[in-house]
Amino acid sequence: MIKKLTLSAITALALSVTGAIAAGDGDTHIDDVAFSFEGPFGTYDVDQLQRGLKVYAEVCRACHGLQYVSFRSLSEPGGLGYTEEEVRAWAAENFEVFDPEIDDYRPALPRDNFPAVSGFGMGPDLSLMAKARAGFHGPAGTGINQLFKGMGGPEYITSFLMGFTGEEDEVAGQFLYENTAFDGGWVSMAPQLFDDLVEYDDGTPATEQQMAEDVAAFMMWTAEPKMMARKQAGFVGVILLVVLASLLYLTNKKLWAPHKYGKEMDL
Amino acid sequence: MAGIPHDHYEPKTGFQKWLHERLPIVSLAYDTLMLPTPKNLNWWWIWGIVLAFCLVLQIVTGIILAMHYTPHVDMAFASIEHIMRNVNGGFFLRYVHMNGASLFFVAVYIHMFRGLFYGSYKAPREVTWIIGMLIYLAMMATGFLGYVLPWGQMSFWGATVITGLFGAIPFVGEAIQTWLLGGPAVGNATLNRFFSLHYLLPFVIAALVAVHIWAFHTTGNNNPTGVEVRRGSKDEVKKDTLPFWPYFVIKDLFALAIVLLVFWAVVGFMPNYLGHPDNYIEADALATPAHIVPEWYFLPFYAILRAFTADVWAVQFVSWITGGIIDAKFFGVLAMFGAIFVMALAPWLDTSSVRSGKYRPAFKWWFRLLIIDFIVLMWVGARDTEFPHDWISLIGSTYWFAYFLVILPLLGVFEKPTSPPETIEEDFKAHYPDAPSAAE
Repeated sequence: MIKKLTLSAITALALSVTGAIAAGDGDTHIDDVAFSFEGPFGTYDVDQLQRGLKVYAEVCRACHGLQYVSFRSLSEPGGLGYTEEEVRAWAAENFEVFDPEIDDYRPALPRDNFPAVSGFGMGPDLSLMAKARAGFHGPAGTGINQLFKGMGGPEYITSFLMGFTGEEDEVAGQFLYENTAFDGGWVSMAPQLFDDLVEYDDGTPATEQQMAEDVAAFMMWTAEPKMMARKQAGFVGVILLVVLASLLYLTNKKLWAPHKYGKEMDL
Repeated sequence: MAGIPHDHYEPKTGFQKWLHERLPIVSLAYDTLMLPTPKNLNWWWIWGIVLAFCLVLQIVTGIILAMHYTPHVDMAFASIEHIMRNVNGGFFLRYVHMNGASLFFVAVYIHMFRGLFYGSYKAPREVTWIIGMLIYLAMMATGFLGYVLPWGQMSFWGATVITGLFGAIPFVGEAIQTWLLGGPAVGNATLNRFFSLHYLLPFVIAALVAVHIWAFHTTGNNNPTGVEVRRGSKDEVKKDTLPFWPYFVIKDLFALAIVLLVFWAVVGFMPNYLGHPDNYIEADALATPAHIVPEWYFLPFYAILRAFTADVWAVQFVSWITGGIIDAKFFGVLAMFGAIFVMALAPWLDTSSVRSGKYRPAFKWWFRLLIIDFIVLMWVGARDTEFPHDWISLIGSTYWFAYFLVILPLLGVFEKPTSPPETIEEDFKAHYPDAPSAAE
């Protein structure tokens, strides 16, 4: 009976695995990065998230918003590990938001979201970018490797930031830059990162690769700020269900024993 | 209730008698729970409980999500992010609801193929089968409507493509499409009505489920041998069956716990695995995604839709016969709905005198091929339409129709089935030689 049940379960899994799909073509180049938050046991690296925030706040924010992310979430558990006071001071010092009540800009408060950035030449919002791109699709487009490597969104972001070849082209008055990670190969964003562009508070050398990985990790957090809580709930649920399933297995066995074997079962 | 004879509820206390004379609701619950169920049911029979659980799970999580969701094109996407970030436990509710839809379809597909293998659709269970097909259609509609609500890129473009199918109907198609959308294109009116219907349809499904259960409680469950329960007397029934409670309830709950274990791991550790990254980009009517792909559970039928292109001779022939009224696009739509329709006709297309596939040596192989066909169609439905994908879709779709329209009718005539056991008791004893002779 267990054999049949296993078969039943495998069929269920196979059905859903076959169904998982991923678009995108194989022309782009995405490098795997061993991020700390991958896999069921993975957690965010607080120092890395703080470094990533710094890269965002000093570089990316010029052209990209984070409109779904609130400042107060920077001090929420499972995230960047700041205190509420630190966040309050940092937000007020670094960001201004438009307040319709006073019809003017004022220093940002913890309850505000990061500003949205729009207008000519500005880039897409980055709040959800790490979930809106899939770096991995294999094997055969089934995406099973997501189990081990994650969705590949942060890898896409890292590879994108590191993927500029230095080639430029001008099309109808707009400059395009060749990028090996970008679908289509040419992107209107110019390469931004170079060594020592920012100075990290924790003394980590700010290499191009380091900054790319840090900001990608930060974007995974902006896209999925509750990831730690989610995995924790996952573990609690799985453990409880193992216990429940074991008890039900024994109950079921005992219940059926007189009808299958003509005798009571000893537990 | 008609059906297999068994002990009925006897009101004992004064209050029980008082209530029973006015509303025999305890009696209904008793008869439902104590239904004599074939003892030899195997593990493929557990998915009904999983499906019932899914329906409740989706309704409960859905109702709570609806309290925080805003069905407006300017706010829908942001309201989902509000749920994910600010609502207590909101991220978990939403991921459970999202993946709950997938679990629902995994379960329904296994449930359907179980029915197809063991001949559960055959007389006298045709009505159960037909109601089941209606539930499946309602599920597909609900799943599609729900996928539109987050108002991501795939939501928007999926809605555009799927409602476009109705636009392919000759003469009246465009009018129907406009009527469905509430305007010339997918917009705020569309989102509002989709939300309304997404909330409504699960209750229609619940009602259909009640009828589905009523129908098979009248005929009795099928079982792996396809041999009917002997129903000459209550004692005879007891030799072939055990009551649903507690024997099958506990068994099914154990299986449900195992299924939920896998489900919970998916929700906890890879909740976006079955989704599409593009749906984390807000809907943009000006930017078409490179590949518009429906949810995984539509892929086999999506592959059939795309398989019949204008260069297939059958399409050209039909187009010529009908004077161009049925073009390639409409042909594809007919094929897609036809693929589900022929499944619904299975009770009348299967001519075999033997019910269960276990005793049909040739049928077994054709059935296995159908399962492979279904999985291949699902895989190819997510690919582009370049060679060899176009050929794989076409061959896969052809086999799907051939199985129901040609193979099932012919097998009944040409196949030599082996003989099933005389009784369910005999089958049970073959598995458990020590089983006592009569159920005490």
